[in-house]
Amino acid sequence: MSQVLEQKTVEETKVFKQSQLSLKKYLSKFGTLLALFLLFVFFSLSSEKFLTVDNLMNIVNQASINALLSLGMLLAILTAGIDLSVGSMLALSSMLMAVVTVNIGMHPILGIITSLGVGGLFGLVNGLLLTKLHLPHPFISTMGTQFIGRGLALIVTGAAPIAGLPLLIQFFGTAEIGPIPFSFLLVLVVYIFMHIFLSNTKTGRHIYAVGGNKEAARLSGINVDRVLITVYTISGLMAGLAGIIMSGRVNSAFPLAGLQYETDAIAAVIIGGASFFGGVGTVWGTAIGVMIIAVLRNGLNLLNMSADLQMAVIGAVIIGAVYVDVLRQRKRKKNKN
Amino acid sequence: MTVNSADLLEIRGIKKSFDTNVVLKGIDLSVKTGEVHVLLGENGAGKSTLIKILTGVYPKDDGEIIWNGNPVELNNPQDAIHLGISTIYQELNNIQQLKVYENIFLGREVNKRRILSYINKKFMRNEAVRCLNELGQNGNELVNMEVGKLGMGQQQLVEIAKAIALDAKLIIMDEPTSSLSGKEVEQLYKVIDLLKQRNVAIIFITHKLEEIKRIGDRVTILRDGYMIKTLPVKTTEPDDWIELMVGRSLSEKYPKQKFKYGNEGFRVENIMVEGATEPVSFSIHYGEIVGIAGLVGAGRTELVRAIFGADPKSKGKIYIDGKEITIKSPKDAINAGIALITEDRKNEGLLLDQPLDFNITMASLRNYINKKFRLLNSKIIKKDAENYINELQVKTDSVDLHARFLSGGNQQKVVIAKWLCTNAKVFMFDEPTRGIDVGAKVEVYRLMNELVEAGNIVLMISSELPEILGMCDRVLVMNEGKITANIPIEEATQENIMKAATGV
Repeated sequence: MSQVLEQKTVEETKVFKQSQLSLKKYLSKFGTLLALFLLFVFFSLSSEKFLTVDNLMNIVNQASINALLSLGMLLAILTAGIDLSVGSMLALSSMLMAVVTVNIGMHPILGIITSLGVGGLFGLVNGLLLTKLHLPHPFISTMGTQFIGRGLALIVTGAAPIAGLPLLIQFFGTAEIGPIPFSFLLVLVVYIFMHIFLSNTKTGRHIYAVGGNKEAARLSGINVDRVLITVYTISGLMAGLAGIIMSGRVNSAFPLAGLQYETDAIAAVIIGGASFFGGVGTVWGTAIGVMIIAVLRNGLNLLNMSADLQMAVIGAVIIGAVYVDVLRQRKRKKNKN
Repeated sequence: MTVNSADLLEIRGIKKSFDTNVVLKGIDLSVKTGEVHVLLGENGAGKSTLIKILTGVYPKDDGEIIWNGNPVELNNPQDAIHLGISTIYQELNNIQQLKVYENIFLGREVNKRRILSYINKKFMRNEAVRCLNELGQNGNELVNMEVGKLGMGQQQLVEIAKAIALDAKLIIMDEPTSSLSGKEVEQLYKVIDLLKQRNVAIIFITHKLEEIKRIGDRVTILRDGYMIKTLPVKTTEPDDWIELMVGRSLSEKYPKQKFKYGNEGFRVENIMVEGATEPVSFSIHYGEIVGIAGLVGAGRTELVRAIFGADPKSKGKIYIDGKEITIKSPKDAINAGIALITEDRKNEGLLLDQPLDFNITMASLRNYINKKFRLLNSKIIKKDAENYINELQVKTDSVDLHARFLSGGNQQKVVIAKWLCTNAKVFMFDEPTRGIDVGAKVEVYRLMNELVEAGNIVLMISSELPEILGMCDRVLVMNEGKITANIPIEEATQENIMKAATGV
């Protein structure tokens, strides 16, 4: 029976020429871009301050932390997983960076290496917990390490922040090249690399394969465990990098940094069109998702909306964005039957 | 069965199309009370669609359904159940964590009072015990057990007991023996005999011809959406049915080519299949296609998965061209030149939401890495994928199409392309033609011929005996995890294969 239906689908899809198919693809790609554009128009009309160079640079500056965490989250979600520990990894890696540079007084380069190293190592542990202990879902393992990481970050100094970071680290958070924040350029480079990594390397494709169909991937000779470990390690590295920028910006590391940042990251990835079931999602989509959230927060601030109400609005946007996706999927299925 | 008993169910001229695809082209069928009426036909003949119309899942386009002499409309599954039609699906519809009686009364729990009431467990238990006892079971023993802890055979009995509780006059059984062990099958036959004595009619779908002889009263053969003929089982032979079922001689269906046998190219020694008592050894020569026959659960899939390194910790030795190779993971197997075309292509073979070129090259990406930046060369990936698509005549306009949108036969070709792309030398096909149409089947068979001709090793697991008899040069038969027969095709018959498969 299903076979007959499937056969029919071929006929149908043959009617769509390839160009139309990709047009459709681009439409769904640009759907979120359109939403971002509409937000821009709306806020430009409702606030004079919105469309100024200062404010736009402020937006991308504010977005850079979530942009990095979202990339790690994208990888996790692509493999049908999730990484709830990104905020804790950010806090722990920046705290240890501050300890190394401020309390011990080592070279800032070592501090940067510490932050990335701690993040990467933490992510590696996430990956090992998932693959070697066979915990049922990374929701469990990364929720556990979320608490562990936060606890450790607090223990380091007994919950006290560490201020007065070296100039080089401050540079990451505050430097500007012309009007453009350095952190934004750094994020841009990371995004380009990640795009190439996901679409043009073997490991990148393996990430999609594992997320799309774990068993098929394994039976195609893909080392699923290694792919998952890589993914969570990269997520940790991203959190470490975000930790450097964040503490550089405020010239201090504090143990409650990045609290609940995982929610913004998840939101950005999902708004950006990734599927919770894995295997579907792009760096490009995530970038737009990050921007939508950043523009929303910034614009609503300019409109003097209270932080509490903003929370509700962003929640509604997430539900709305995913619902649009559900509708699109349903339509596709309908077309199929 | 009483010969003159009236028709319980009569259907006339049932037609059904899905858009332009005509699936049923006018089916007539009558079922008498207390008879076992077998529906026989190849995949795609229209059996499932007919069943779904009888159970109210699909509306019919045209035709009449007459129940006890009155025309009826079946608009939804509830209508069918109220009439007294129950269905035992291949995939049982039970809830594993619930007890037997809870499953039997699932969705129609009996309350003590009309409103604000506890459910009446005592009543439901007693009813469940009664139904189970009627099937010759020890109801008291079974009724409080968790369904998930029962064997497949007993789980099926619970479903049948549910049908009894619903006072079913007609029970439709869709390949009920396909997942049962020999003992459980015998038990089911006994239950069916009991049901017949209670004047329950049974529509029985099966691909096992010998089974029809054992329990069937009449057999109706469907082909390509037509009702071909209804025959009494007693006075006809399986060969008659096959001819009607296939509608042409086997030689057209199976484009078998004979090649000269060469050296031994592949050898497996002492592989232990999970749950078996003896290890398995066999070898394959160049120029031959070796088939593995056996019932579901005989350990055939487990054997090829063990060879392929898909399930860890399999013992034994594997040789290609006399050289021993070590396989600890599918990756090792692929590197050694082994391919496993799995039975379940959607869950184990394809990335449905990725384009065809992605699917075709996913097992061999290391061959597409540019030396310079370790990046993939997507142009060559596309070009290679296009070549395979042309070669295998996959019906698509572009390699950018997502695999989801292909038909079963074309999806299977994409999976095969994936393994051709790895430069494999040993091809293990697990039910390669399941669920694909007749035309695509022939293409898969031709491809097997070509593989053998080009000097590859081909092994095929199949549950369809005609396919084994039509395409293979030698048949290995498995039962309970071990090989019970090794029969050259000239000596192979349905009977001696089935004997070895059932371990009689």
